[in-house]
Amino acid sequence: MIETRNLKKSFGSQKVLDGISFRITEGESVVIIGGSGCGKSVLLKHIIGLMTPDAGDVLIDGQSIVNMNERELIRVRSKFGMLFQSAALFDSLTVAENIGFVLRRQGEMSDAEIAERVAETLEMVELPGTEKKKPAELSGGMRKRVGLARAIAYRPSIVVYDEPTTGLDPIVSDAIDQLIIRVSERLKVTSIVVTHDTRSMRRVGKRILYMRNGKVYVDGTPEEIFNSADPIVSRFVNGIADLKEHNF
Amino acid sequence: MNAVLRRAWGQIEEVGQYAILCWETFLSLLKEKKYWSEILHQIYFIGVKSQSVVIITGAFTGMVLAAQAYIQFGRVHMETGTLALVSVSMCSELGPVLSALMVSGRAGAAMAAELGTMRVTEQIDALRTLATHPVDYLIAPRVLATSIAMPLLTAIAIVVGIGGGYVVTVYVFHIDKVYAWANMIKYSSNHHVWNGLIKSAFFGVIISTVSAFKGLNCPQGAEGVGKATTEAVVAASISILISNFFLTMSIGRWLAP
Repeated sequence: MIETRNLKKSFGSQKVLDGISFRITEGESVVIIGGSGCGKSVLLKHIIGLMTPDAGDVLIDGQSIVNMNERELIRVRSKFGMLFQSAALFDSLTVAENIGFVLRRQGEMSDAEIAERVAETLEMVELPGTEKKKPAELSGGMRKRVGLARAIAYRPSIVVYDEPTTGLDPIVSDAIDQLIIRVSERLKVTSIVVTHDTRSMRRVGKRILYMRNGKVYVDGTPEEIFNSADPIVSRFVNGIADLKEHNF
Repeated sequence: MNAVLRRAWGQIEEVGQYAILCWETFLSLLKEKKYWSEILHQIYFIGVKSQSVVIITGAFTGMVLAAQAYIQFGRVHMETGTLALVSVSMCSELGPVLSALMVSGRAGAAMAAELGTMRVTEQIDALRTLATHPVDYLIAPRVLATSIAMPLLTAIAIVVGIGGGYVVTVYVFHIDKVYAWANMIKYSSNHHVWNGLIKSAFFGVIISTVSAFKGLNCPQGAEGVGKATTEAVVAASISILISNFFLTMSIGRWLAP
């Protein structure tokens, strides 16, 4: 279970998180949405312990992580898999080495078992036979899929996705969404997806958190969000700009 | 005034962060699992790949030093001491310092640029999410590899420098090779060699930790990577020159008979 309690974070005078509180139970698929720069990725980095809040708490399976040092966090992070916006693959390693990175570090599997797991995971993300390629040889969509394969290869219980479809064409975006759903169902993981792609949020999420001005503005099902009578929510999900608000 | 204080505070903070990184690296080297394949890869990259620059630097420094020493010694009719001066200088000062400056420019810059690029492309964050401490996987192997490679490179620079000096002394200035060699053996001793090799290991630690620190704290964007790389080379080079004085005063005195 993941819980945030009154999470606050500022960069200089800019308040990015202003008292965020929510709870995600095991096996849930949650989508966090909000305008560009509203702090979605910052929130995600707090959940996985890559950033420390100015105030508030983050609990993973009931354990507070905000005062942990880097080595204590490593143990907590082994529960997580994360797909980065840029995929963040290690340039110097092959696809197979990227995917098997944690498995080799853990030292619990033989080389043959790791190779088998890598092949199986690549099959799951529909990229069989790409083990020997370097990240530089892959397209944007392929890199995201390898990033996803790396995030799930060691079977974490929570997978977080930071803007998984940003910069991809609609067909590849659809394929990534389907992969997220497949991973969630097959591996029974808790999924947290940060996105501002409305098609993606409707498909992937069972629950949506809409962030605005550093707070959770609405917490509801996709139906509630997409049928909301609130003009702010409605404008966001339908992609209609408020020129006054954005100060154009 | 506030801006000056803020800048000074920023510098103090940076020194503190550097000290923490050094301490974490030391603890990692003592306690954590070693990535031997990464260490060997780094020894190859820092050591083997830097050989050509170190050989050229060592050879020409030895030759120039021999030429200068011959001219100056000629005034007091001590030309046969030329190779002895080249040997002592190469072993205790020029070998370690010039090798370190060359490695700092080649491998240190590459290290800062690689780690900086990893930071701006979120690869360092990715490493942390994959339950791996960046110090264990990225910094400790580089520090260990640089402090192993540096004494070996320095030894090469010393040998090549003395060789270059010998060629100039014997074949260009026609000093009798027996005198040149005998004086070199007479005035050079083990402590000169140990002095140079121990210092070079320290310089290896300085190059790798300074370059890693600059890379890990690189500002965002391509400009940030360029800035971090430049700062790494400048900071490492200055640190080498300053620390050389203190190392000479401490190790040199400790080793001297």
